[in-house]
Amino acid sequence: MSTGWSLFVIIVTFGMLAGFTWLVLNTRRIQDPDGGSKLNDHEFDGITELDTPMPDWFSFMFLASIAFAVLYLALYPGLGNFPGLLGWSSAGALEQDQRRAEARHGPLFQRYARTPVEELAKDPQAVRMGQRLFGNYCAQCHGSAAQGAPGYPNLTDGHFSWGGEPAQIRATLVNGRQAIMPAWGGALGEDGIADTTEFVLALAGRDHDTDAAERGSAHYQQLCVACHGPEGRGNTALGAGDLTTGVYLYGGSRETIAKTLREGRQGVMPPQRDVLDEARLHILTAYVYGLSKRHGAAESQ
Amino acid sequence: MLTHDHIERHTGLMVVLILVVISFGGLVQILPLFSDRDVTEPIEGMTPLTALELEGRDVYIREGCHVCHTQKIRALRTEVERYGHYSVAGEFVWDHPFMWGSKRTGPDLARVGGRYSDDWQLQHLYDPRSLVPESNMPAYPWLFEREVNNRHTARKLTVLRRLGVPYTDEQIETAAEDVAGYTEAEALVAYLQTLGTAIPRR
Repeated sequence: MSTGWSLFVIIVTFGMLAGFTWLVLNTRRIQDPDGGSKLNDHEFDGITELDTPMPDWFSFMFLASIAFAVLYLALYPGLGNFPGLLGWSSAGALEQDQRRAEARHGPLFQRYARTPVEELAKDPQAVRMGQRLFGNYCAQCHGSAAQGAPGYPNLTDGHFSWGGEPAQIRATLVNGRQAIMPAWGGALGEDGIADTTEFVLALAGRDHDTDAAERGSAHYQQLCVACHGPEGRGNTALGAGDLTTGVYLYGGSRETIAKTLREGRQGVMPPQRDVLDEARLHILTAYVYGLSKRHGAAESQ
Repeated sequence: MLTHDHIERHTGLMVVLILVVISFGGLVQILPLFSDRDVTEPIEGMTPLTALELEGRDVYIREGCHVCHTQKIRALRTEVERYGHYSVAGEFVWDHPFMWGSKRTGPDLARVGGRYSDDWQLQHLYDPRSLVPESNMPAYPWLFEREVNNRHTARKLTVLRRLGVPYTDEQIETAAEDVAGYTEAEALVAYLQTLGTAIPRR
């Protein structure tokens, strides 16, 4: 704010306060010095009006609020560029709060940051913290129970398109992922799509039409093998799914697989590097890693 | 004369005097802001909404998104941790009107840009509970059936330019064709993806 405007604010504000003070004191002064009520000078059909003075407690409350305003404006910013004697600002208050939180939680975060992911995933408190972070940053797509939705991976089943090792999970979190399954509808035609669908089912050992799958196999070797591999085991470097597991990101019905082949898919995991700091990314990595491991443990039992 | 008695008996005079007293508050709080650069100048690196994003913003207004979603992150630690850097005045200088909102039934959207993929946003608008089972947000399936009405797009840009948004002649000329053929849902998502992206989240 320029000095001129600052002065404007100060002058108008104090002018108002002075005006109010004058008004209250003046009102008291003109009242009957005896403190009694006198009669107004008008009268209608014998009805008269008393001119009763303002009660003391009322005018004192007025004066007290004016005094409060002066004190408040002295302590806090309000008078143009004058920052107030306490030096308070909303950004400063935020910073102070953040510093206090850092002092309280910082050591714990630092300790966790030094703990390897495998170990951290077993720490109950770190898991609880991870769950909170997950609820805020991940649950909208992956679900609050991390079981995913069509197009958004289930993180509890141990199948990771981009790899389930701590370093891979971390890279996914930090940089995000952009998966591209090309659309083959044009290249294959509807018959080709149907045949290839049967072959994809066959890869997972599911019920399929053997003749169609054999024809589909040729298409697969030509178009799909580059990403999904000769045995259909996928490629975590490209985010190409493992087709032998029977776990499908976009759904495993014949229609859905055909649709995936025909129209392609563009999966996006948004990068979190600008959203979360190092320590939180680490805790979240451990949490996601732990999710898949707990499932694995439950299954082997 | 300006005695208590006189003012009380002349209502018109009393109204004028009351207005004078009240206006001081406005003069002190509002007038200085017009010359405050923090409030009147855009933050560095901000670009005006494209025609499509602008139409998306109008869908946002029409559907009343601002009734349940705010677009203002307060300078409180809990909010900054959840949503990102608190909102600053310079981010809103081209918002006519601003979409700060006043109540959060849903989360704040001031920095929702880039937080989710386009596909997620589209599916979430179409059927929020297919992605977030706990959600109480209404579904907006009709946005996918209706195309953006581009009859007034160029005029909207012209009006905004008059209000100080730096649109170029070229942008205004091509505005109508820039949005032609897009559904309202696509326009809305385009708008959402820009929100709060002009300054880093942390």
